[in-house]
Amino acid sequence: MSESTNGSQSRRAFLSGAALTAVTVAAAACNGLKDPFSTQAEDQQVAPTGEKVKLLSVNGEVIEVDKAFLKPVPHMPSVSNSEARIGIPGKKFVMVIDLARCKNLKHCQASCNHMHHIQDGQNWIKVQKMKESAYTAPYWQPTTCMHCDEPPCVKVCPVDATFKRQDGIVLIDSDRCIGCRFCMAACPYSTRVFNWNEPVLPEEIAETPYSPETSVPQKKGTVGKCDFCPDMTRQGELPHCVSACPNGVFFFGDLNEDSVTNGAETFRFSDLVRDKAGYRLMEDLGTKPNVYYLPPVNRNFPIEAGEENDKG
Amino acid sequence: MEKALKIPDEQIIADLLPRKFGKTGQLWVGLLMCICLLGVYAYYRQLRYGLGVTAMRDYVSWGLYISNFVFFVAISLVGSLITAILRLANVKWSTPLTRIAEMIAIAAIMFAALIIIIDMGRPERLLNVFVHGRIQSPIIWDVVVITTYFFISFLLLYLPLLPDIKILLSSPSAATRPFQKLYRVMGSFWKGTYAQTLISDKAINILCITIIPVAFGIHTVTSWLFATTFRPGWDSTNFGAYFISGAFLAGSGAVVVAMFVVRKAYQMDDYITDDHFDKMGKIVVLLALVYLYFNISEYLLPAFKMKEDEEAHLKELFVGDWAVKFWTTILVSMILPMLLLLFKSGRKPLPMFIAGIMIVTGAWFKRYIIVVPSMLHPFLPMHDVPLSYKSYFPSWEEWAIACGSLAGGMLVITLLVRIFPIVPIHETMVEKKAN
Repeated sequence: MSESTNGSQSRRAFLSGAALTAVTVAAAACNGLKDPFSTQAEDQQVAPTGEKVKLLSVNGEVIEVDKAFLKPVPHMPSVSNSEARIGIPGKKFVMVIDLARCKNLKHCQASCNHMHHIQDGQNWIKVQKMKESAYTAPYWQPTTCMHCDEPPCVKVCPVDATFKRQDGIVLIDSDRCIGCRFCMAACPYSTRVFNWNEPVLPEEIAETPYSPETSVPQKKGTVGKCDFCPDMTRQGELPHCVSACPNGVFFFGDLNEDSVTNGAETFRFSDLVRDKAGYRLMEDLGTKPNVYYLPPVNRNFPIEAGEENDKG
Repeated sequence: MEKALKIPDEQIIADLLPRKFGKTGQLWVGLLMCICLLGVYAYYRQLRYGLGVTAMRDYVSWGLYISNFVFFVAISLVGSLITAILRLANVKWSTPLTRIAEMIAIAAIMFAALIIIIDMGRPERLLNVFVHGRIQSPIIWDVVVITTYFFISFLLLYLPLLPDIKILLSSPSAATRPFQKLYRVMGSFWKGTYAQTLISDKAINILCITIIPVAFGIHTVTSWLFATTFRPGWDSTNFGAYFISGAFLAGSGAVVVAMFVVRKAYQMDDYITDDHFDKMGKIVVLLALVYLYFNISEYLLPAFKMKEDEEAHLKELFVGDWAVKFWTTILVSMILPMLLLLFKSGRKPLPMFIAGIMIVTGAWFKRYIIVVPSMLHPFLPMHDVPLSYKSYFPSWEEWAIACGSLAGGMLVITLLVRIFPIVPIHETMVEKKAN
């Protein structure tokens, strides 16, 4: 977000950054070191550096504060565990994957792995070369978690560590998972991965407070999978795979609004799936996935274009 | 049996008292303990480095531990067959076998519970199962029913033991001396009065009736851990009955083996007679036939239809990489023992022992063949993973832990045999008198 050069986006970055620091300024006014909520203001020795920073105050005025009064705010999970279990109100997330546009570039996979710090050898998004039968043409099929409406994984979880939210997302609470791996056996899409070892993570990531919405940091002995990036959608952003794909394969959106977008094009979801004969994987199992596929017709790339990226 | 009739009470007590281990016994215990310790070390490594020390990966996410768990549950089922079903059917000859069966059942169910904890990625969160338990998960059903089965089995071992403990307490024999304190704690309240006997008999009867549905429950629910998923090879309505029949066979095989070993080690030819072997042999033939029947329907029906997802799995078993293991297991765990035991001379102790060994080892491999190949055939092809994720052969840690658990189970049985009379003394005396 902060890297974006888009005018309105950088303004938003500025605003949210300001909101965080505003709190610190208020806390710094009290004795922030001992009890930030104490009303007993004590003298605090802070030598002004003379360097001023412009901030937006809570009532919308731009104020100037000396840099010495700014204090980094410790990372906190953006939402509480109970909020993360309920989901984003009024939403019903859906994804459409256009197989005609996929050339196995795997940018989706790379960005997903990078943002979620997935361990070596594991992928939440897999891109498979599929071929229905001897005479039909092969095609590249990216698979994410299907976020089923009848999730077999959630049914079998003994401790409610994996759960279905009101906004349709199936998430995992790695702080509760006991690592029995029943969900992995139950998932017909083989979408789940397990942290067999202590995850290898950069120190600052390992120290981030865990939230089921970010799925970061991964935890040893627990299950992980594609989470539809609820931390991004909460900010009104697209999941990483959607924005990473240069070919616009992934469309993400809200069933209640009946619209999906890949960042460049936006479609009415119902029209798109009807006009292009969208379908879901393994419909006969009754899992009712929330990921739809558009058949690989009139393809943008020949199948060979993706061969070199296919590592098997 | 004829000869046994004339044995006086004192002789029976002397014959059946638990005995100190000889050289072989000590060697046996030492060996089992070594294997257990190796398993403990392997588990220490697993706790420290994570389940990554196993060969399990994202596709084969259940492996040796789970198949070993199913094996233990299967073995433990025999306690209910020998004690409850035969007792309720008023079968008198099974009396000397009841305690062996219950000891096997208790040891096996303990290690079944243990191995499932070993399989967990976060064993320290075990309590979550009780704090956050959701009744719709078959794992919770398994926890409930296995705990129930453990307690019923425990009581079924304990209550009939009380009159024997009275005998042990009054016995001056050196063999029972180190355990007198334990005996007193367990059963000094037992005076053998009419009122006490009445309560005990009633309780045993109730337990015998309740243990049958619970026993069917443990193995049905265990089979449902698989049958509630969509996977080829597991997606079967037949699975509960298939598992139960297999469990009865495996458990009976284990009893036959234990009978032979105990008889040999303690020279109990007068109590565990050739007649017992003969009768157990007939039961084993029947159970093997029932299990064979379920195997045929389990594999033949899907093979007749050959749905796409089943096809890969079945071909692998019938003619593919797993064919040798698959057919050998079918042969060794069912067909060969059954053929052997069809003959009267095959139901003599030694051939019975061999058949029992075949059944038990076959049963162990059978569970492995039920669990692992299904995991190797997911609906979507295995992809975007390192090569090592696409196959499975247990690591040394897994073998060590699995062998450790098997050794542990045998160790528990061995120690129980050392401490308590393996053939019920009191019941034997009562029965001889009745005859």
